[in-house]
Amino acid sequence: MDSAGSDRAASADGSITSAKIVVAGGFGVGKTTLVGAVSEIVPLTTEAMMTTASIGVDDASNTPGKNTTTVAMDFGRITMADDLILYLFGTPGQTRFWFMWDELIRGALGATVLVDTRRITDSFSAIDFFENRKLPYLVAVNHFDNTPRYELNEIRDALTVPEHVPLMRCDARHRESVKGVLIAVVEHAIAELHRERAAAAPAVAHSG
Amino acid sequence: MQTSGRDPRGSLVRPYAVTRGRTEPRREIALEAVMLTTVRGLHEVQFTGRDKQLIARLCDGKPHSLAEIAAHLRQPLGVARVLAADMVSDGQLALHESKLDDSSDDRLDVLERVLSGLRRL
Repeated sequence: MDSAGSDRAASADGSITSAKIVVAGGFGVGKTTLVGAVSEIVPLTTEAMMTTASIGVDDASNTPGKNTTTVAMDFGRITMADDLILYLFGTPGQTRFWFMWDELIRGALGATVLVDTRRITDSFSAIDFFENRKLPYLVAVNHFDNTPRYELNEIRDALTVPEHVPLMRCDARHRESVKGVLIAVVEHAIAELHRERAAAAPAVAHSG
Repeated sequence: MQTSGRDPRGSLVRPYAVTRGRTEPRREIALEAVMLTTVRGLHEVQFTGRDKQLIARLCDGKPHSLAEIAAHLRQPLGVARVLAADMVSDGQLALHESKLDDSSDDRLDVLERVLSGLRRL
């Protein structure tokens, strides 16, 4: 009955692979909802502490407790096999904590930027970040009740998202919809990887 | 959260009291890297502090990531990382790291496995 036979073989040495997909987007856009829709655990929150000095906040008052701030990230988990676990990490609400974003994307399979059309500018910095770091990502437009519906090409224009970046609608509350987004992220990442390989391969008949 | 006002480290003091002031972990551990308690860890944990006991119990028989460990301990990531790194270095936790930055063959394998896994959801 082992339909996951190939999965078992991969763990012959007993090692467990954990992978992650990053879910970015503005505050309140639905990142935690999205994670919760597919996670086998109720989304957990982890916090990192950082000193405000490193983001250039001047505090002449030397008030106790003002030197540090915490950055919180919600995350979930999907166990796919005994030796394969996928984590979904939401980015911190505050976009100024780039050191944390670097850690979040390190080794990530890909990312999704979740968009609220009423607050479209909230997505810009996440899109720029992923473009810069060359992490495969796609844009998912979240459904909000009683919100005007825009055409995807209008949204693409408003976000100035390049053509090769997939853009799709989703409803972060619905498991099947979120599943669709994650599948699209991974398919896109695979396509990007193949493109990279093709570009790196020595050209056969390339004169001049 | 008010602290002893005169300490220049401010509110960093309290969480890092657990690690006796150490803020640098003995090794790096990625957020999503998973850990399992070893047999040695299960035996030795009764002689360690409360936090390491919690970690050992959490990771006994079921792999948990650094992020999960921090969340369950209710400690900042940095503190959890110092504690977990100690336990890994002391052979009490087995660390599973997936170096997906590297070879794109590994990366492609994992991507394809994850894709199958997602489709089966």
